[in-house]
Amino acid sequence: MNISCRARKVATQRTLLRRSLFSYTPRLTAAARSVHYNLLGSTNHGLHRLLRRQFTSGSGISVSETLKEVVTRHNDTIFALSTHPGKAALAIIRISGPQTGRALQLMLPDPTSADSTLDTGMCIWFPGPRSFTGEDMAELHIHGGSAVIASILQALGSIPGLRMAEAGEFSRRAFDNDKMDLTTLEGVADLINAETEAQRKLAVRQAGGELCEMYEHWRVQMVSLMANIEAYIDFSEEENIDDDVLDNVRRIAGSLKEEIANHLNDGRRGEILRSGVSLAIVGPPNSGKSTLLNRLAQRQVAIVSPVAGTTRDIIETTLDIGGYPLVVRDTAGLRHADGDAIEAEGIRRALESAREADMRICLLDATQVLDQRQQPTLDDVLGADEWQALLNLPHTFIVLNKADQLNIGAVDSARSRASAWARAHTGGDAVLISCASMFGWDELMRSVAGHIRMSWEQGQGGESLRMPLTKARHRQHLRECLDRLEMFERAGEEWVLAAEELRAASSALGRITGRVGIEDVLDALFSQFCIGK
Amino acid sequence: MSCNPSFGGIGKGVLVREVDAMDGLCGRMADLGGVQFRILNRSKGPAVHGPRAQVDRVLYKRNMQQTLSNYPGLALKSGTVADILLERPQGTDKQRLKQLASQDSALAQASATIVGVRLGSGEIIRTRKVVITTGTFLGGEIHIGLKAFPSGRKGEAPSIGLSKSLKDAGFRLGRMKTGTPPRLDGQTIDYSRMPRQLGDMPVTPFSFIHDSVPNADSQIFCYQTRTTSTTHDIVRSNFDKSIHIRETVRGPRYCPSLESKIKRFSERESHLVWLEPEGLPEHTNLVYQNGLSNTMPEDIQLEFLRTIPGLEGVDMVQPGYGVEYDHVDPRELKRNLETKRVNGLFMAGQINGTTGYEEAAAQGILAGANAGLAAVHSKRPDAMNADPPQLILDRSDGYLGVLIDDLITRGVEEPYRVFTARSEYRLSSRADNADLRLTRRAAALGLVKDPARLARLDVVEADIAHAQALLDKVVLSPHAWEARLGNDTQVCRDGVARSALDMVRMGFLREDVWLGARDAENVETASRLRPQRAVKSRVADLVPGWSDVPLGIQRRVITEAMYHGYLRQQHA
Repeated sequence: MNISCRARKVATQRTLLRRSLFSYTPRLTAAARSVHYNLLGSTNHGLHRLLRRQFTSGSGISVSETLKEVVTRHNDTIFALSTHPGKAALAIIRISGPQTGRALQLMLPDPTSADSTLDTGMCIWFPGPRSFTGEDMAELHIHGGSAVIASILQALGSIPGLRMAEAGEFSRRAFDNDKMDLTTLEGVADLINAETEAQRKLAVRQAGGELCEMYEHWRVQMVSLMANIEAYIDFSEEENIDDDVLDNVRRIAGSLKEEIANHLNDGRRGEILRSGVSLAIVGPPNSGKSTLLNRLAQRQVAIVSPVAGTTRDIIETTLDIGGYPLVVRDTAGLRHADGDAIEAEGIRRALESAREADMRICLLDATQVLDQRQQPTLDDVLGADEWQALLNLPHTFIVLNKADQLNIGAVDSARSRASAWARAHTGGDAVLISCASMFGWDELMRSVAGHIRMSWEQGQGGESLRMPLTKARHRQHLRECLDRLEMFERAGEEWVLAAEELRAASSALGRITGRVGIEDVLDALFSQFCIGK
Repeated sequence: MSCNPSFGGIGKGVLVREVDAMDGLCGRMADLGGVQFRILNRSKGPAVHGPRAQVDRVLYKRNMQQTLSNYPGLALKSGTVADILLERPQGTDKQRLKQLASQDSALAQASATIVGVRLGSGEIIRTRKVVITTGTFLGGEIHIGLKAFPSGRKGEAPSIGLSKSLKDAGFRLGRMKTGTPPRLDGQTIDYSRMPRQLGDMPVTPFSFIHDSVPNADSQIFCYQTRTTSTTHDIVRSNFDKSIHIRETVRGPRYCPSLESKIKRFSERESHLVWLEPEGLPEHTNLVYQNGLSNTMPEDIQLEFLRTIPGLEGVDMVQPGYGVEYDHVDPRELKRNLETKRVNGLFMAGQINGTTGYEEAAAQGILAGANAGLAAVHSKRPDAMNADPPQLILDRSDGYLGVLIDDLITRGVEEPYRVFTARSEYRLSSRADNADLRLTRRAAALGLVKDPARLARLDVVEADIAHAQALLDKVVLSPHAWEARLGNDTQVCRDGVARSALDMVRMGFLREDVWLGARDAENVETASRLRPQRAVKSRVADLVPGWSDVPLGIQRRVITEAMYHGYLRQQHA
């Protein structure tokens, strides 16, 4: 849906392009050298002074808006190579700013000197304000050779008023021109960086504005809250402000608080899906933890040997399982490390790592667990309590390795016995695998991916959940907002202090979505209340 | 006072205090001419208290004229300014001037210096500093019903030539509208069924150098009534008879005409109407009707007025009317209220897109001070080597700082009025501490010359320090505090001994120093004032010497302590 939408937009812009300025496959030429025009000129200095003064004016509310206006009206035109540098069939150079049209005209072929052709390519014209940055924009689709790219960048740079964009400057302008809010921009960045399917899905939702919509909904509530309380403070004595205003305020604050608390209380789903589920492999020595890690990574990440206690430190690698990002940690085998200080430290770290991880695979040797006679109860290896505490953690899997060493005839019964054993210890199923023969491998992958999906992507019934929090930054600001809303409720009848808490809450929320300006509040206030003598 | 017969209010009252703290006149004049004094917002915390007064027009005018004509160093001259005289830097070519004039307000640069003004009579006054304060007279036009005619205020000529000179100098002008309600003959009003509103006793004057006001014991009443659905029907069926209502020119949202109230809030069956006498009975029978600003034809105004309870037999002395006028985009201004385009030219008041006496007075004192400071400086032999000292206030200094910052950085879309909501520093920009915030700064620039004012400030500061010291001296353990404060108070039992000042700061010890004696019949008290928290005044019992501290000082110390935690955050 979204893609088709955008495609349509581009198509219209292309039609515009055909109708107006440019031939569809213009020859790009070096910018005419005889260009005389003075862009900004002496006002540049004035602008700089103006900006600086506004920054230091201490005006919390007004600066950003004025600044935005000044910057967008008087900024340079910027350009940059948008594709990866290096040899390729195509390269795309983006240009954005008020001089974009002018630059393109200058790049068009000069009929008097046909030799000046740099390349033949395609040009797309995106007139502002309906472009990515909100300014006039163009894309030059050129041949992707280093010399071609360099010559065109140089030609663009020679046009007065044009300069190379700084890192992130196109997005910055999109933000400044209200084309995108911060969360959407973060979504776009995540989309570009997405390496797994789950990350991509999340980023598409965020870049599509889903998170922004939710935060915007809260922002609107916050504005309404502030409008109510400010109306009460500034106008209730002279005007017709009903007393239920305060009840409204309390009601809206309560529901906003609840919604934010619910959102915060999402088990870090979004952050986990975005940055990868951390999975710790724990278990007694020589159960094959390092082999499992190497199998998962499909390379030799960890040293394996038949000697128990080979792994002492934590080894970490990043994987994609079923489209989900995972950060897998191999840990030292758990046993009583008699007298070996290094191994003891390894075990301590293994336990800590297991506790901190989002998910745990507790890897055991099937031959030991299922061999009735051997009965190596786990209690032998560690204290019974410690094991049980580990197994009691949510998202803990029991995986039995070395199925290949079981009697072939015994596999089925081993599997059911394994499950029964696992249910008794963790309440979940167990998977029987062999890292040597890859027996049970698909089932392991399926159950890990399924578990992640069930735990962090979807609800228990498989329904898709509300957009989760994806960034610790958001969590921190929302928590601050929530704290302030609680203080607000506690302020009781001290309305000025209560309003102060609301302002702080709104500024915390504003750090995610963009500021709640006093003008927004006044707009809401005057549309809601009939103020006026 | 060309519109409402009152000064101050929420936010506005703080501005009057700020003007007074810098020795501006309006607070003192309002005290002398005031006939009803109230502190608004008493129940909402001292940070948003708004001193307000009904003022007798006759007294205000008389006192103001007297004071001005006797003001040392001030020569008064009356006449219409037709033009401003500019001097261009030598050798500026036309092209450059055109380019400068085309600059947007925010980026405007100086292209000229003012050298004087020409009066309507042709007389030229040479001067290097000029402050323009045209009120609603600049290109002013009055609207009543379908009639529109050029005028400044009812019966006075507008200022037309000046508008053009400003435009020619490159200034970006905008248009604003406002309105004023009908004036009624008080003797034809039946007040018997209307709730009365009384003044405070004792009175809190605007000025820091006044202890009371001449009319403290002879305060007048205001009355409250409401429009009826018949009123609304009459107005609604006559929407087509007013040209002012068109929305092309922005009017203030906080002071809408009756027409727009009815249009925008059609679901409301009634709007509040306040009846405010324009002065003492011996001076006037005129009653200002707050809430019914409108631009209907005269006959229709009278018709709907008589549908309001108590006004059935009312005589209208002057109809309400709308005013449209030019203003300059305030982004043309620098922080000292000098224009960017013309050196030496300052602007203050409605011409900058603001509304209200208080906003105008506040800008006036700042623009006047800066023009004066620059003029004095230019006479010094070393004038060229240094910039003149200027009075520059920022947002944290007070509402005047917020006002100016908003104007020059954001511009205006409607007549700008101060609201406490606009200030991020609401807890520190209070009516009670304007003197502490501004008087010494103004004095350092030579703005406050009155030795009595400065001596008073010395006393206040000493008293505050003394009162704080009294509170600081009483130090007790949590247990002892609980015992003293009574069973219902739970102090943090962390074993840390705390002073009475700490207890006030932490909210364990609160004192209702703000509730003055008021008539229980007072509209505001009856309908709005919630019962205060039942913390009894215990400070006097707990703190030896506290009862000898003047009430005003008690209030200031308690207020500052109440907001202490927030103020620290604000300035962090």
